[in-house]
Amino acid sequence: MFSYIVRRLIAAVGLLLAVSLVTFLIFFLVPRLGGATADDLASRYAGKTANAAQTHALAKQLGFTDPVYVQYGRFVKGIVVGADYSTGPTTVHCSAPCLGYSYLTQNPVLPDLLNRMPVTFSLAIGAAVIWVLFGVATGVLSALRRGSVFDRAAMGVALAGVSLPIFFTGLLSLTLFSYKLHWFPAGSTYTPITQNPLQWAYDLILPWITLAFLYAAGYARLTRAGMLETMGEDYVRTARAKGLPERTVIVKHALRSTLTPILTIFGLDIGALLGGAVLTESAFSLQGLGAYAIQAIGSNDLPKLLGVTLVVAFFVIMANLVVDILYAVVDPRVRLG
Amino acid sequence: MTEVQPETARTSQTGIVRPFLDVRDLKIQFPTDDGLVKSVDGLSFSLERGKTLGIVGESGSGKSVSSLGIMGLHQGTSAQISGEIWLDGDELVSATPDFVRRLRGRKMAMIFQDPLSSMHPYYKVGAQIVEAYRLYNDVSKKVARQHAIDLLGRVGIPEPASRVDAYPHQFSGGMRQRAMIAMALACDPELLIADEPTTALDVTVQAEILDLIRDLQREFGSAVIMITHDLGVIAELADDVLVMYAGKAVEHASCRDVFRNPEHPYTWGLLSSMPRLDRDRQDRLVPVTGTPPSLIALPPGCSFNPRCPYAALTDGKSLTEVPPLLPTDGTAKHSVACHLPPARRRAIWSEEVAPKL
Repeated sequence: MFSYIVRRLIAAVGLLLAVSLVTFLIFFLVPRLGGATADDLASRYAGKTANAAQTHALAKQLGFTDPVYVQYGRFVKGIVVGADYSTGPTTVHCSAPCLGYSYLTQNPVLPDLLNRMPVTFSLAIGAAVIWVLFGVATGVLSALRRGSVFDRAAMGVALAGVSLPIFFTGLLSLTLFSYKLHWFPAGSTYTPITQNPLQWAYDLILPWITLAFLYAAGYARLTRAGMLETMGEDYVRTARAKGLPERTVIVKHALRSTLTPILTIFGLDIGALLGGAVLTESAFSLQGLGAYAIQAIGSNDLPKLLGVTLVVAFFVIMANLVVDILYAVVDPRVRLG
Repeated sequence: MTEVQPETARTSQTGIVRPFLDVRDLKIQFPTDDGLVKSVDGLSFSLERGKTLGIVGESGSGKSVSSLGIMGLHQGTSAQISGEIWLDGDELVSATPDFVRRLRGRKMAMIFQDPLSSMHPYYKVGAQIVEAYRLYNDVSKKVARQHAIDLLGRVGIPEPASRVDAYPHQFSGGMRQRAMIAMALACDPELLIADEPTTALDVTVQAEILDLIRDLQREFGSAVIMITHDLGVIAELADDVLVMYAGKAVEHASCRDVFRNPEHPYTWGLLSSMPRLDRDRQDRLVPVTGTPPSLIALPPGCSFNPRCPYAALTDGKSLTEVPPLLPTDGTAKHSVACHLPPARRRAIWSEEVAPKL
């Protein structure tokens, strides 16, 4: 088990390097393929009054004139030992792990990301709790009452849930519950959980429900299909033959097996969401990683985008590792190695 | 309507003393889009404690469906069940699902065909036995675990104290079936239904498992229903034999009569298709020609008529009338559902069929 985890962690580092390389190449090479020179790139940071000589000097200073592998090497080196960025009169030190430096806002990227993580984490984890509870419960009940009114209604709502985009359901719920009924704040407020847990939950409840609605729908359908399959398994019949109450048969024997594939999907979903729920954060004006990415795209701030991408990749990889380890805990037939 | 004393609980309201298990006119039907599937169609038999009933028949003849019906395991499916199942004085078809549920495991237990898929892959073998035991025995986990170890030892699993913590996939096929038997025996059931318990096992293990079931039956005095399509298993274990065809019993006799004096053409077919070591290999086995009928649209008259080589000898009755299961010689010991007159049947058996076996 331990050696497996170590090997997976080493593989994760390799995967992160590959992701960073590809992202780096896309962001730094594509403009050049489009005909932009190092000077053109630097001109975006040089100010409107700069002449060609000043722009060229800046391009040299920022390292844009170096070959791509040197630039990438510098980026990786920054992650390991930190880096110094001098864009003007002062030099800014970006300590390791340095995920790049935004020339536009003139600050290192990582502190920005760390500042925004609590918002994104609160949103993702709170929503995850809601969607897992509701999605799985709905799926189980639907499967047990297959063909009933409840089943059809739930699956109808679930279909709507997976079909409707967040920017529709989000704005709809904002209009209804914030602007019309004034039950919840209209987004853009966030209270750290350490300050006031109740206020934290109250501020986030609408985004949670909106985000959870989308995912709960998928989980309900997945759970329903899984339960229908496991309820027909021989070992469920054996559990009944022992004389176990139906409740035990369903929860301990059928649901337990159904949850294994759901765990896999959950790992992927939560990993991706920890890197920022882009649409939800935008719809509710929450200053999380997703909104940060949107702003970076809007302002063409490539170092920030590179940083966000790496953070997302990190969470997805870690979530997958955790899922794979949990898989072996849940299903004794799985041997890690 | 009279007061029933606890000690006469086996006496029903009409005053009849019923056998331990008494199945009367059991019908189990499944409505499907294509029509009503009559899986079990008017099955009657009885069984006393300490006795073994063998049920034989092809796949789809209703063997498993009827035993699942006794266990009440069709509940929650689309099955429509009618008739009566009396188990130790209680009628199960009309009983509430929860009442039948409380009998499962303790009063009646079942051993399933495929022990790998019939055990939960996520739980340890011991835990699955403990679960069954603690359901009806209010004991600590430690005591239950010791009981599980004892059971595993008794069904012949070596080193039960360590095997109790193994998962089903870590067992071999024979060991899994032993564990399955241990699980079924956890609460000393009075009725044990074994649904083709040896089909998935290789031959040497089959013999061991059959010995085990016989030994355990002696020890516990349980009634056993042995469902199989293997006549060898029947010869080995059964006291009485029920031959099923298309959801009906076509012959019901003692084990001896089924092998020495069978009277139904289908039973003859089964015996003819059984390989025997004491015959020359040059003789081809004689299979029962044709295929089992559709349970949605049974042939009119006797269900076996399209495959019966003697259907022409019944003056067309086999095409129009369903033959009732009747005693052949006045005693209720041997019943056959066939239009051929008993004397004729015996003549055909002794002159045409038996010499070729």
